[in-house]
Amino acid sequence: MSPARPESLWGDALRRLRRNRMATICGLFLLVLGALCFAAPWIPGLADPTRPDFDLGASAPSAAHWFGTDPLGRDLLARVLYGGRVSLAVGFVATLVSLLIGVSYGAIAGYRGGKVDEIMMRFVDVLYSLPYIFLVILLLVFFSKSLLMLFVALGLVQWLTMSRIVRGQVLSLKQQPFVEAARALGATDMRVVFAHLVPNTLGPVIVYATLTVPAVMLQEAFLSFLGLGVQPPGASWGTLLDDGRKMMTLFPWLVIFPGLALAGTLFAFNFLGDGLRDALDPQSRRTPA
Amino acid sequence: MKTFLARRLLLLVPTLWVIATITFFLMRAAPGGPFQSERDIPAQALEALDKKYGLDRPLVEQYGRFLVHAAVLDFGPSYANPAKEVREILFESSAVSFELGAWALLLALLVGVPLGVWAATRQNSAVDYAAMSAALVGVSIPNFVLGPLLVLGLSLTLFWLPPALWTGPSSRVLPVLTLSAIYVAYIARLTRGGMLETLRQDYVRTARAKGLDERRVVMRHAFRLGILPVVSYLGPATARVVMGSVVVEQIFAIPGLGRHLVNGAFNRDYTLVLGVVLFYAGFLLIFNLLVDLAYAWLDPRVELA
Repeated sequence: MSPARPESLWGDALRRLRRNRMATICGLFLLVLGALCFAAPWIPGLADPTRPDFDLGASAPSAAHWFGTDPLGRDLLARVLYGGRVSLAVGFVATLVSLLIGVSYGAIAGYRGGKVDEIMMRFVDVLYSLPYIFLVILLLVFFSKSLLMLFVALGLVQWLTMSRIVRGQVLSLKQQPFVEAARALGATDMRVVFAHLVPNTLGPVIVYATLTVPAVMLQEAFLSFLGLGVQPPGASWGTLLDDGRKMMTLFPWLVIFPGLALAGTLFAFNFLGDGLRDALDPQSRRTPA
Repeated sequence: MKTFLARRLLLLVPTLWVIATITFFLMRAAPGGPFQSERDIPAQALEALDKKYGLDRPLVEQYGRFLVHAAVLDFGPSYANPAKEVREILFESSAVSFELGAWALLLALLVGVPLGVWAATRQNSAVDYAAMSAALVGVSIPNFVLGPLLVLGLSLTLFWLPPALWTGPSSRVLPVLTLSAIYVAYIARLTRGGMLETLRQDYVRTARAKGLDERRVVMRHAFRLGILPVVSYLGPATARVVMGSVVVEQIFAIPGLGRHLVNGAFNRDYTLVLGVVLFYAGFLLIFNLLVDLAYAWLDPRVELA
């Protein structure tokens, strides 16, 4: 990647991404779904996801309730959209936390090098060997099952790979002339790292972040299964699925719709991530997208 | 090579110590204790229980004693089930968990690797797209949904297999399938990526130019390096299988380590949780070391330092 004209990389990447029809569709799908979930409270005619209707009970999909209702008579479409707000928020916030920690940590370790690097990366190795999901379980069981704790716990365990990726990139980048030039012009270390080195690592970082979002969402679903996710009456796709699977034979729509929403989103993120990798990888430039 | 092994083995001890310390203090910092429950227990009885298990001593002393005993794998009795030593529980349940995990990983490798190689040798063909789309669907379905679906189809509708428990060979099938699905998919993707990368390398072209038939080029020359991403994934994969088995053990009511961890955490069963965490951590560390050795053996360019 050419540090002199970074725009060309992004313009080029975007063009190549657009040529990848499947990745484009996945990106649009995510945008639409994200917008719908985000705008759920303002969609006219959408039922209140927490208002029960005991006379109705569990009903199959109909004109009034497109996705049907759950045993308490709550509208499933509304619950899926509101649940999406939580699931997507968990995915994005935890990824953001991991980005902030991982990128700074990796960049500093790679730039400093030597003993500092050795100690910092040993520490990452130690954390890597932690059965971290246990740590998340312990954190959630012992302290609080709040949404904030979920964000923090999931974000805290995701930054390790990110820091390794960034460190590797910085290690090879810092030998390049543009870094020396920046230093010769009197740029401080902070400036060299965050204004010159980090922007040049963004390609792999973006790709990895795109793949982290679905991984985190899957973990949120996994924690919901253990009863550690979002607490009722709130709901995420994970808790909806967990409720649904218990009544799968009686009311199959309760597992089908949240399942499609989660699986579709994960699928789209993974596909988009693959597409981005192809688009940003200079090596693959020779092969047609 | 020898210094590499020595260094890594020496690092095992401080790593386990850090993990033990974090877990110990995390657990003690949390509110609640092993003997508190909804029922009213007389204060005297609680005191007596705390005294019996040494929980009335200063925290630092408890920590010291725990470390000394943990060094010889003695974690004391489980608080929730005092008739049993944690060590016994660990040995019994780890056998079950390892069997489950090993079958799942083996199945994932046996299906995922050939699938990936097949897709890579037919890049951008219908086979490639079909295999990779199937793989993506595989990584997109949470195993706690897949498990009940399999149970519904194969045991409650067709009555082919038992729906739960860990009793005979046929009871192994559904849990292993449920656990391995996501790794089949992931390993297939990694294999395909690694093989594509390797097949464009010069030495592969040389092998082809030498007139070797394609089968030999792929299987003997490209495969050895193309499989590397899968090898380095085996470390994290094992860690994730461990995590997945927590779910699978819950779904199928399998008495494995994961179930003990979750139940132990909910019960504040300090000794059991510490035992399970350290046991897993030790296992993962040793496994990762083995993965690094395998990596160096496959790729002669890698130097172990």
